[in-house]
Amino acid sequence: MRSNTVQLSNRSSFGQSIRNSLTMAYRGLLKIRRTPEQLFDVTLQPILFTLMFTYIFGGAISGDVASYLPVIIPGILVQTVITTSVVTGVQLREDMDKGVFDRFKSLPIARIAPLAGALLADTIRYTIATTLTFAMGYVMGYRPEGGLGFVVLAALMVIVCAWAISWIFAFFGVIARTASSVQGISMMVLFPLTFLSNAFVPTATMPRWLQWFADVNPISHLISAVRELTNSGTAGWDMVISLIGAAVIVAIFAPITVRAYMRRT
Amino acid sequence: MIVDNEWAVEARGLVKVFGDNRAVDGVDLNVRAGSIYGVLGPNGAGKTTTIRMLATLLRPDAGSARIFGHDVTKESQVVRQLIGVTGQYASVDESLSATENLIIFSRLLGLGRAEAKRKAVELLEEFGLMEAAKRPLKNFSGGMRRRLDLAASLIAQPPLIFLDEPTTGLDPRTRAQMWETIRRLVKTGSTVLLTTQYLDEADQLADRIAVIDRGHVVAEGTVDELKASVGTSSLHLRVQQTQDLEAARRIAERVLRVQTSVSSEAAKMTAPLADADLTADLLIALREEGIRLAEVSVQKPTLDEVFLTITGHGVKDETADSAESKELEAAGV
Repeated sequence: MRSNTVQLSNRSSFGQSIRNSLTMAYRGLLKIRRTPEQLFDVTLQPILFTLMFTYIFGGAISGDVASYLPVIIPGILVQTVITTSVVTGVQLREDMDKGVFDRFKSLPIARIAPLAGALLADTIRYTIATTLTFAMGYVMGYRPEGGLGFVVLAALMVIVCAWAISWIFAFFGVIARTASSVQGISMMVLFPLTFLSNAFVPTATMPRWLQWFADVNPISHLISAVRELTNSGTAGWDMVISLIGAAVIVAIFAPITVRAYMRRT
Repeated sequence: MIVDNEWAVEARGLVKVFGDNRAVDGVDLNVRAGSIYGVLGPNGAGKTTTIRMLATLLRPDAGSARIFGHDVTKESQVVRQLIGVTGQYASVDESLSATENLIIFSRLLGLGRAEAKRKAVELLEEFGLMEAAKRPLKNFSGGMRRRLDLAASLIAQPPLIFLDEPTTGLDPRTRAQMWETIRRLVKTGSTVLLTTQYLDEADQLADRIAVIDRGHVVAEGTVDELKASVGTSSLHLRVQQTQDLEAARRIAERVLRVQTSVSSEAAKMTAPLADADLTADLLIALREEGIRLAEVSVQKPTLDEVFLTITGHGVKDETADSAESKELEAAGV
């Protein structure tokens, strides 16, 4: 029996939101540890894609594989990590259909915590994908001129941006009826964004209208930012644009996702 | 004290509509603090939907509800600090172990790391869940998951606990354990609101009962009041020789002074049992006439009979649309 005289509050504080989200992230990590096979995609995809695309396009685009690596590795990295963030939405949908979310809703916790926590735990997936892509590149002969420090910085930037973008897929996860429809909608958004960019080819070879799209595509800016960091060790405009873009996505999608999540109860 | 309020639950005219199905259609409930209150009804009657509205999981379409004086829609976060909910389908994480589940819920409720661990062990011991402590729950029985679910609802020792069909699908032994736990809860000062499909469960546990049917409360009162309105138990007798049945019936009607009904194929007779004491007289009279009995039993009123008496229609003719409203309930969840 509660016998304290503490005034019960109808709002959760910022500190409580952070604490609750971290606990939910801990839950996400425990789930990954229980079913490590769900990490197959983030381990196999970077290895497969890096091998495939480098050897297929290398000769045609840059003359040889070695000079293509500084172009393709940042491209593959961004594409792989963003693709991985789709899984966040799909898993969130599956998770929300389980009874345990009823308990989360009935607990006096910050409403954003179950979502933010799940998204936070998934950064482990982005970290794995990022590490493996760089490692594959290294094995194939990629020696970034920016040095290790800037590679780590680039990796962090990609993980932060992927986390921000995962809010979009989390939104689809909350509003969609089934996990497979989340997958479907997300892929439709994802394919144009990642392929109609400067990930694999210089945009100069594209038709004018496509070139325009590829140049404004936020994914292109993120890729350029990674290239600048890893290949020349400079942090330029593209990095600023990418981080602002990430902040804008979170500012829009986090509130509407939480609202949609609340309405679904 | 937050819980010096006399009423744990005050609900007025609660309504929830799913499509064109009025799942809950004007439910009033008053639950006194410190009591066990039973909501009795068949599948699809609106029990779960009512509980979900009271537990802030579902927003009522009309009406209002207060938990210890706090409005469920306007002060939902306060209400959540006063309640524990154990759902019909165990609301625990099946891919995690019992300990991990309890630690996560404890941490979410603001307990420190060490405190959460201690609380988890304490609850696992109390609920006999030590064997599920380390391994994922999906390897364990429904009964254990249900017990863990209840344990999780008790972490913060909330003054009001909602139990939605706590024993549906449990074997008799586990069911009895669950009842014991619920009784213990109330002794420590908690208020319990439980739903059930079983009259005997409400009979065993509840101080007061509301019978709910098609979204309406059709009867409310203490267990005794409700039973009195339903009627008496009935005595069933089967004779060894079918030709004795008519004689047995005459004797029964004379001794018990009631109308009886017979079914000659089964050599069976049924009589309402208003005064149990007269049974001895009847058995002696039958022995004196040399009528030998094959079977004697007394049956208490069943949920079907409660419904037949109170609502004027049985439970069975509803199975078709109750399955449907069950689906709708699930869809609205």
